Amino acid sequence: MFQAADAGNEDEYWTHFPHQADMGVRGVGPTREAAFEQAALAMTAVIADPARVAPDTAVAICCEAPDDELLLVDWLNALILEMAARHMLFSRFEVSLDGPRLSATAWGEPIDLDRHQPAVEVKGATYTELKVGRTASGGWQAQCVVDV
Amino acid sequence: MNPALFKQVSEVEWRVKPFGKMRVPAVIYADQALIRDMDDKVFEQLTNVATLPGIVQAAYAMPDAHWGYGFPIGGVAAFDADEGGVVSAGGVGFDISCGVRTLHTGLRSADILPLKERLADRLFAHIPAGLGSTGPLRLSPHEMDAMLRCGARWAVEHGYGSEADLDRIEEHGCMAGAEPGQVSEQAKRRQRDEIGTLGSGNHYLELQEIVEIYDTKAADRFRLRQDEVVVSIHCGSRGLGHQIGSEFLKQMVIAAPGHGIELPDRELACAPIQSALGQAYLGAMRAAVNCALANRQVITHLARQVFSDIVPGTRLDLIYDVSHNTCKQEPHTVDGRTRRLYVHRKGATRAFGPGHPALPGDLRDIGQPVLIGGSMGTASYILVGTETGATRAFSSACHGAGRAMSRHQATRQWHGRALVDELASRGILIRSPSLRGVAEEAPGAYKDVSAVVEAADRAGLARKVARLKPLVCIKG
Repeated sequence: MFQAADAGNEDEYWTHFPHQADMGVRGVGPTREAAFEQAALAMTAVIADPARVAPDTAVAICCEAPDDELLLVDWLNALILEMAARHMLFSRFEVSLDGPRLSATAWGEPIDLDRHQPAVEVKGATYTELKVGRTASGGWQAQCVVDV
Repeated sequence: MNPALFKQVSEVEWRVKPFGKMRVPAVIYADQALIRDMDDKVFEQLTNVATLPGIVQAAYAMPDAHWGYGFPIGGVAAFDADEGGVVSAGGVGFDISCGVRTLHTGLRSADILPLKERLADRLFAHIPAGLGSTGPLRLSPHEMDAMLRCGARWAVEHGYGSEADLDRIEEHGCMAGAEPGQVSEQAKRRQRDEIGTLGSGNHYLELQEIVEIYDTKAADRFRLRQDEVVVSIHCGSRGLGHQIGSEFLKQMVIAAPGHGIELPDRELACAPIQSALGQAYLGAMRAAVNCALANRQVITHLARQVFSDIVPGTRLDLIYDVSHNTCKQEPHTVDGRTRRLYVHRKGATRAFGPGHPALPGDLRDIGQPVLIGGSMGTASYILVGTETGATRAFSSACHGAGRAMSRHQATRQWHGRALVDELASRGILIRSPSLRGVAEEAPGAYKDVSAVVEAADRAGLARKVARLKPLVCIKG
């Protein structure tokens, strides 16, 4: 729940939105890829301040789903799996989409409790408030609620 | 939520007749004030559940119901496999078999008082909690499968507790029908070093004082005495359960049209019980139940180590262990006929009444202990299952307070350090790896657990036995 850092690009940003028990993550960008990258950043920010996470180690991620919305959930769930299994946090993402397939690189570092001060563990991305689509200004938006 | 959406049957029972694609009525057990405080989504989600194939009798919501994923949290629904009934990954939830167990310490609160700080510090140091924490075990693939097949029994066989513990755990500590082969490698990878960890969010280990007894007969049978201190543990199947929930939710969404199922909400994803996917989910879900039971058993062992160091000779005997995110096959009498139903309880506690054959012999005549968790700083309750519960919601009761406020709102209203200090001034010691996590879990962000329990008692879902007050809370 940290504020989105000024990325120097008002077309590309992330936000959180409230849910009674959990938290909504939303990424906005000029392309679907950018919106997916920003949504991932929003998810990191549920846990800790992304500005404190050094993008030192790269992890490759691939997933596939029949539509954009299921693909967003798969992408976030793949990151949750890597965070949990590797005990890492991620702060930089590069996504490429090819039809139903996503391939990406996430950069981050091992969790440092003192420096990162993680507040909660994100347990899963959900289909609640799940939307991937165009914004009024012609960009892309990707959002869902994550279970914490 | 507007109570006028329902027909009031009694002070604590409200019904919606089937409309649209609903196959059965929707029923909420709560008083008017609790219903007013519920999110409108509870109505939408409960009436959606009532549309699912093979649902029996009604879709039920407990007094602590709130907006969940597909099912409301606090939702109960039973399905008949022979009538095309379904099993729903959303109806079980992500944290499969999340639950509560409570243990006697045999110590009085006055005995604990001078040791409270030391106990809090040692428990916090010894019991892994919060993001990135790892447990005392690293499971090989072979041991992982053994744990998933045998649950708390596996833990006891490895020296974590005793046979007596198993008598006081649902399913005798080992859920039958678990199929580790249906659990993905990713789920197992996520769990490799997480056995014996609390997790984060609303999970905790608390020392609690028994401050009030309502039912002396049941309290005597559960060995609950006023002023004595108990230990309660709230956590679930950790990463493994979440991974299974996420993976099967997607498979069920994709397969639904092929099964002829029209989903009103993707989160309600389900599959016919008799389908290959339904059976695969049940096998994996039961393995996750065993993972949660093993997890709580190992944490119990860690708590016992701390107590035996600080108060030598203390035994932490298990009172009971309940799971509140499950789907279990159970016999229930509907319209005079006994049927084996798949009962989903999403944020709801099983509450078997007296005489139920699944209860341990020494509790069978009194009924099942029903453990209701509070939220740092507020009360927890122990109830007992009733005979009337079987005719209400397939012997189910509430599971806790339920959130009243989002995490966003909570962090705007409270600061972690100030909250820890304020609770300390009231004699409640909080230990947590995250002050922001504490603020998000502020007691004021939850509904009034006492009102929830009163409603459950008045509705005949379960009967109040004792109220517990927190003394120490190790927050995940």
